[in-house]
Formats: sequence, C-alpha cells, structure tokens
Amino acid sequence: MDDAQDLPLLDAVGLTRDFDVSRPWLQRTLAREGRAFLRAVDDVSFAVASGTTLSLVGESGCGKSTIARMAVGLYAPTQGVISFAGQSLSVARAQPALRRRMNMIFQDPYASLNPRWRVRDIVAEPIRAFGIMTGAADINDRVAELLAQVGLAAADGEKYPHEFSGGQRQRISIARALSSAPDFLVCDEPTSALDVSVQAQILNLMKELQQRLGLTYLFISHNLAVVRHMSDRLGVMYLGRIVELGPAEEIFAAPRHPYTRMLLDAIPDLDNPGRARTPVGGDVPSPIDPPPGCTFHPRCPLANARCRTERPAVWDAGGVDVACHAVQEGRTTA
Amino acid sequence: MALLNVEDLHVEFPTRRGVLRALDGVSFAIDAGEVLGVVGESGAGKSLTGAAIIGLLEPPGRITAGRISLEGERIDNLPVERMRRLRGRRIGAIFQDPLTTLNPLYTVGRQLTETMQTHLGLSDAEARKRAVGWLEEVGIPAAARRVDGYPHEFSGGMRQRVVIALALCAEPRLVIADEPTTALDVSVQAQIITLLKRLTREHGTSVILITHDMGVIAETADRVAVMYAGRIAEIGPVAEVVRQPAHPYTSGLMGSIPTVAHKVERLRQIDGAMPRLNAIPPGCAFNPRCPDAIARCHAERPDLMAAGATRASCWVHAHG
Repeated sequence: MDDAQDLPLLDAVGLTRDFDVSRPWLQRTLAREGRAFLRAVDDVSFAVASGTTLSLVGESGCGKSTIARMAVGLYAPTQGVISFAGQSLSVARAQPALRRRMNMIFQDPYASLNPRWRVRDIVAEPIRAFGIMTGAADINDRVAELLAQVGLAAADGEKYPHEFSGGQRQRISIARALSSAPDFLVCDEPTSALDVSVQAQILNLMKELQQRLGLTYLFISHNLAVVRHMSDRLGVMYLGRIVELGPAEEIFAAPRHPYTRMLLDAIPDLDNPGRARTPVGGDVPSPIDPPPGCTFHPRCPLANARCRTERPAVWDAGGVDVACHAVQEGRTTA
Repeated sequence: MALLNVEDLHVEFPTRRGVLRALDGVSFAIDAGEVLGVVGESGAGKSLTGAAIIGLLEPPGRITAGRISLEGERIDNLPVERMRRLRGRRIGAIFQDPLTTLNPLYTVGRQLTETMQTHLGLSDAEARKRAVGWLEEVGIPAAARRVDGYPHEFSGGMRQRVVIALALCAEPRLVIADEPTTALDVSVQAQIITLLKRLTREHGTSVILITHDMGVIAETADRVAVMYAGRIAEIGPVAEVVRQPAHPYTSGLMGSIPTVAHKVERLRQIDGAMPRLNAIPPGCAFNPRCPDAIARCHAERPDLMAAGATRASCWVHAHG
C-alpha cells in the first residue's frame, strides 16, 4: 500500500461552483431578463497530502469558504471533481466508514454549538451518529478523553455552551470534530472570532493535535500571519481563482504574484513600528460582475493590454504555480 | 497643557447581582496632534473608555468617579444638550461598521452638509461645496457626482472613507476611532489607515485609536495604552511598548501574535482568559495568568509606575 501513502488525501481538479443569483421568476419574466449566476469558485485545482496543512488565504468574496464547504461535501461542485482517499467525494460521502474520516471546524463558536445541549452530548453526537460506540459508559469515557485532549476537564461535559468563553467553545468544537476519529479536518477561519492571546492557545492546540494524531488540515483564513504559522502549503485566492499555490515558506520568502505581494505589503509590521506603507488602490470587485482577462488587472501595477483581455493560465514558476502574465513574461518590476 | 485629560475614570454597571466595575481608575492624557492607540482584548474596557469620553455610555453604565477634561474644560458632567453640541464639533467619532454610522435614507452629501451646518453655521451653497471637497479629500472618485449617492451605493472601504469625512468635517480637535478597520479587508484596511494618518496630521487632529490589532497601532500611533480588565496595564511610546514591553501581560500578548516576517514552531501563549467583571481577583487582575507573580501581586493592586521607557501597573517595577 505504498502507493496510497503518496496519493494526496484530498485532491481537487477543476473545481467550479456557481450560485444562482437570479431575481424571482415573475420579476425576471416581466423585465425579460435571463438567469444570473455568480461564479464563486472558478476552475480551481489543489491537493492536500496526508498529515500536512494546505491553507487557502484571500479577502472576502474570494471563494475560500465555498471551497471549504465543497471539500466536506456541504456544496456539490458545478464542475470538477474532488476525491477523498482515492474515491470521488460523492461516493465517499455515501460510505459512513469514509464520511466519518472528515469533519469541519467553523468560525463562530457561538453559532456552531447547540445552546440547548450539554457539552457531552455535543461532543458525543458524531460518535452516536456513526454508531462508533453504543454503550453509555464507553461513550462517556471517550468524551472525557476528547475533552482532556483539547485541554478541558471531564466535568465540563455536564455544562452548557453559554458557560464557556469563546476560546473554550472553540475547544469544544475541536473535541466534537475529533470525536469520530477523523484524519481530515476543514477549518474555516477557526480563530477569527477570538482574541489574540486565545488565538495563540487554539493555534498551538491545533498543531499539537496534528502532530499527535497525524491530522490533515485544509485551513481557511484571511490572516496571512496565522496562515504562515500553520501551513505547509499555501494557496492565495482572488475572486474565485487560486493565483499562487506552492510551499508556504517559498511563497512568504519570495511572493511572485502581484496580488500576493500586495497582500504581504498591506499587513502592518510589528517589528517595524511607524512604517509608512504603500497601499494599493481599489476594492475587490464584485464577483457578480468580474473584470475581463485577469480579474486582478484593475488593481495591478503590472497590468498591460494582454492582462485586460486574456485570462492567465496557471504556470509553474519553479515549484510555485502562478497565474500571471507578467510573471510568466518576466515583467515583474513596474 | 494636554488636549484631553482623563483622571482616575471609573465606570460602573449596576446589575441585579451587584455592581460591575468596568473601568477602574483609568488615567491618561493626549497632546494636540497626538495619536494614542488603545489596545486590549474583548471586555478589557477599551471601547467603554472611548464611549465615556464622548458621552455615549449605554445606560445603566455610568461614570462613578474621576474626571475628563477637554482643553481644560471638564466635560464628563455636561448637560445632555451641551454634550450633544460638543460631539461632532470638538470630538468626532469613527466606528467599526460604517453601515450603522451612516443613515441609509439620506444621501452622503446631505449627511455631510447637515453636520457642517449644525456645527459651523454654513450657508447651503458653502456646505455643499465643502461636502464635495471633503469627499475628494478622502479619495472618493467623481466626488461631485457621488455626493448625491446613498450609502448602499458605496463599497465598504468607500463607506468608511465617507465616515472619516463625516467625523472630520466639523474640524474637531479630537477623533475617537473605535475599530475603524476591523470590518475591512486587509488591502482596504491599509488604505484607510494611511488616509486617517494623513488627514489627522494635516488638520492637527488628535486621535484615540481603539483596536484589538497591535499591528495597526504599531503602524499608526505615537503612544499606546494596553488595557486589561478595566485598567491600563502599560502605557508608553509605541516602539518601546512593542520592543521592550514592561508588563508581563504586554509581553505575553506580543509573543502570542503570529507575524508574517518569521515562523516559530510554537506561539507563546498566555494560559487562561481575562477574568469576567464579576470575578476579578484581588490584587493585580492579571495575577492568575502571570508567570512572574509574587506575594504582593495577590494582595495589593498596582498603579501605573515608571518601568524603563514606559509606565506599567506591575509590582515587578516597584522599588524598595
């Protein structure tokens, strides 16, 4: 089974997801207009190797959360294929033995835990749902073990979510996500709602658990500093596409795509107080009406006529995949 | 003389289960043209400090002790009507969410002209001319046309620019900016911070910049106050607080922030969480989480004292 070791745990090829944003039928008919679609994710390919972390980073509306949901099967792709452990995700989702191997941690620990359930029932739900254990004593022992694993006490199982702080609630979410003994976790902005000192606790915990349990993470975040801390590989997204994908250290050391460079430059630098920065103008355009050609061209200092008309294909720039005409043509200084 | 002086400010919330002290002896001063950052975690009291200064504490919260003076005049006990005239004219405000600051039913031009006419007594034509001028100054393209647009026609970053124009248009001496960039994407955040810095410098406006983001403060503020459990843990020049923090909480906080500049195997973490207001321990509120706590920290509450280049509320720096 050596081949299985080399196979990525999650493999996405040509993922595209459209959302129907049409007006209601009657209004559409009266105005004689067609259906309207928003392409949230546009021809995205990536792979996550077992035991590693791939992070997707980008600003609001870039499609990172849509990919997170497709990766666990909450949304079906409009086009493209996701495979999990060598099987198509739709097949894998139909088999409890495979489905229990993937789980998700959400951003808001205030919304993702049922306020009327005791913590032990929240954590035990996947165990019961998959029929992993049936005896009440066995389940209680397992819940206590899971709570200890995330730094909570067994007695905390008797409490309700409102008795916990945001950081502790996120620990409960993690315990629940781990209760079906998964090897793949999708983490959608798991620390964005937390204060920095608590964020450090949760990030450290997630890394410890990854090492101890051999977990594979698809990590979604808008925070490049958090992403740098967590990732083996990194994908930078802009308006539904991955514009740069490669080893995280490589991208942080030498960002190639102008958008990646702009993002890195926009981050306030703690080591250099009072630094004057050179902000890039413009907002992220609406994904309902994206610009033609390369969608970044209206904000890009390197854009030329080709960028305004022709969409750049993904190109291997020495171990890092980049979708940019300027990088490919070597016009990287404006 | 300092532009704003806050002395021993106490804010309390009476509840059925007793009085909660949300601010417990906060003192600081701001000079004209200075940018003071106020940083802290949720519930530390940073937004309350801003709300108390501008007279917008939500009842039943109230100031129970201390005084706030602006240009030598005491403002914490002004009658409602006088405080209303002062707000906007002498102290401007910028809040996190521009959609709740702007009235969705009025054009941005009307909101600007109304503010300027109320506070500066301008004619209609003059107010409109200045409204367009302000929109240009905050970087709204085609300002002469956009002045008749409604807030929903602007993007998030553009709306926050309008809010900045609104806060500055009556030429206040002090602006309180409470998480002005938190709702924005990082590339837009950079634009807004740069704009705020430039405009306040050009107009000589002082700024209290309240945020949880130490990076924003490091880049923008002259001095920073680090708050913890309703008190100032440390206050001093930004570079010194960032590079040589004197309070164990500040140094823990700095160590727990991941940076893009380098990768560490494990972030430094402060175990536990900030105490709730009804469970603040005796002595120093940070003592249960503090690696350096000594007997005195459990018994006696430290006030701000000199600690190298900054001032910190920590017994480690007490002499004798």
